[in-house]
Amino acid sequence: MDLTPHLPALQVVVPMLAAPLIVLLKPRGLAWAGATAVAMLSFCIAIAMTIDVLQGKVFTYQMGGWAAPYGIELSVDAFSAVLLLVVSGAGALGMLAAHASVDQQIELERQPLFYSAWLLAMAGLIGIVVSADAFNIFVFMEISSLASYVLIAGGPDRRALPSVFKYLIMGTIGATFYLIGVGLVYMMTGTLNLADMEVRIQEVTELNPLLVAAGFITIGLALKAAVFPLHVWLPNAYTHAPHMVTMFLAACGTKVAIYVLIRFDFLVFQSALPGHSTQFASFLMPLAILGIVVASAVAVFEGHLKRLLGTSSVAQIGYIVLGASFLSAAGLSASVTHIFNHALAKGGLFLAVACLACHYRDLRLSQLAGAAKTMPWTAAALVICGLSLIGVPGTAGFISKWLLINAAMAQDNYSVLLVAVILLSSLMAVAYVWRIVETLYFGSTDNVAADGATDIIREAPLPLLLVTWLVALANIGFGFFPQLPISLSSGAASVLLGQLP
Amino acid sequence: MELLGYFNYFVFVVLLMIGLYAVISKVNLVKKLIGLSIFQSAVFLMYITMDKVEGGTAPIILAGMPEQIYSNPLPQVLILTAIVVGVSTLSLGLAIVVRINESYGTIEEDEILDAD
Repeated sequence: MDLTPHLPALQVVVPMLAAPLIVLLKPRGLAWAGATAVAMLSFCIAIAMTIDVLQGKVFTYQMGGWAAPYGIELSVDAFSAVLLLVVSGAGALGMLAAHASVDQQIELERQPLFYSAWLLAMAGLIGIVVSADAFNIFVFMEISSLASYVLIAGGPDRRALPSVFKYLIMGTIGATFYLIGVGLVYMMTGTLNLADMEVRIQEVTELNPLLVAAGFITIGLALKAAVFPLHVWLPNAYTHAPHMVTMFLAACGTKVAIYVLIRFDFLVFQSALPGHSTQFASFLMPLAILGIVVASAVAVFEGHLKRLLGTSSVAQIGYIVLGASFLSAAGLSASVTHIFNHALAKGGLFLAVACLACHYRDLRLSQLAGAAKTMPWTAAALVICGLSLIGVPGTAGFISKWLLINAAMAQDNYSVLLVAVILLSSLMAVAYVWRIVETLYFGSTDNVAADGATDIIREAPLPLLLVTWLVALANIGFGFFPQLPISLSSGAASVLLGQLP
Repeated sequence: MELLGYFNYFVFVVLLMIGLYAVISKVNLVKKLIGLSIFQSAVFLMYITMDKVEGGTAPIILAGMPEQIYSNPLPQVLILTAIVVGVSTLSLGLAIVVRINESYGTIEEDEILDAD
């Protein structure tokens, strides 16, 4: 039997059905092994679909055989393929590396539940990406959010609880705003299928409800995506979550919301509302620039390693939104490439943080001084991913910054200002990455309370370290051979702009 | 009379704002969750209102009945799903509040901030 046409459905169904079964695997290590196998299978499905998408194929799947627009449709094009790779890759590699770190942070009897929640979060995020139905996206968004609240609150740190409560409140408000927007569009068009909506929205004559809907959907998804100034839930949630959860969510959690935001706005609203593309750009561009500058500046002075990296994520989200607000093919493909490359860089950094946390319980920078002497391999991987975050030539981060600067130069207005902002924030990234490097390599070890001696080499467990290095090398690999993300993202840009006049 | 026709939508907006106000202004975490619940319920009202067709009945096709006007059943189904989502969010939120109470001994936001 040929499974290829069923891949979009399997991509969601496999982790979702496996999640409740994982809870039953009580013996030690079995839950982890099962969940890793499922996550890997999901990653393989994503790779298989990406190979077909690269050849120009677009997957569409009618759930239960009910034809769209009456049934629920799944579809996978170039834009979805990038996100699928990021989500299932982060889920699978994180799971592969997670065992030691989870053993350290989660009690044994709760581990099956933790792995199950991980798979549910993954299924939810994947579901958002493959759905071609606005309401289905809402349901999957809530599945992934509920699972990630559970994951964040699962750690030993009690400060995670108030942070996750704040995240829950803001996330639910965001999702409800999205729901209001979808309701208003449904009211005017009578359809929930995105492709069908795109066609029927042209016949709508009363445009005010659509404008309101666009506002609700943009704000709601910006809350979920932690676009500045709606990012206040993010730094605390990332700081106090279990380390592997931080890695998983930092790599893909917010990017999926940006995916929905870009897809909804470009495909549905910009073709129907005259002048809406300018509104979209002039609303989001200042927020993106402010986010880039302010969050980078805050990160420079941050004293806790995880909070520093979390704050830098807000700035990186700014880059992604900035690229989209250029409204050009070059800007969009820079933005989509940055989704991919930032996931690599930040995922690698947080994996290295998880390695460090194996021996350093306190992740404030002052407590990490001289860590490179005890964990040389971890520190080296952290430096590589840090260089990629800055955008040094030869790393993946350089490719997307380069594309973004090129796209900014092609803008008619403010192009010099935009380039200056990007360069300035890259300099600030140099500053905050250097602070980490300086502490790790040259810090004095006098006041450090590590577990055990600080002058002998005590590396992180091998699986965790290997995955960290795999991601670090991928950062270099995609820096020299960026064809995969670039061809997918230019495909994504042409999908998004296909409907623009 | 035109305005009265939009009565349900006015109620929707008022409920939405009451909920949002409670979420923002209350320091007690349970009261925040009550506000969140009101906020979500307001949206249910919007969906239920928009599916009503004047003179429409339940969409059940019976043999021998003359052609009838039916209300749109789809938003009701959607809201059934959204209610499930709302209930699970609320219960997860309450579970988190219970754990906050266990580890901090309070559910007042300002006291929690002071504790750390």
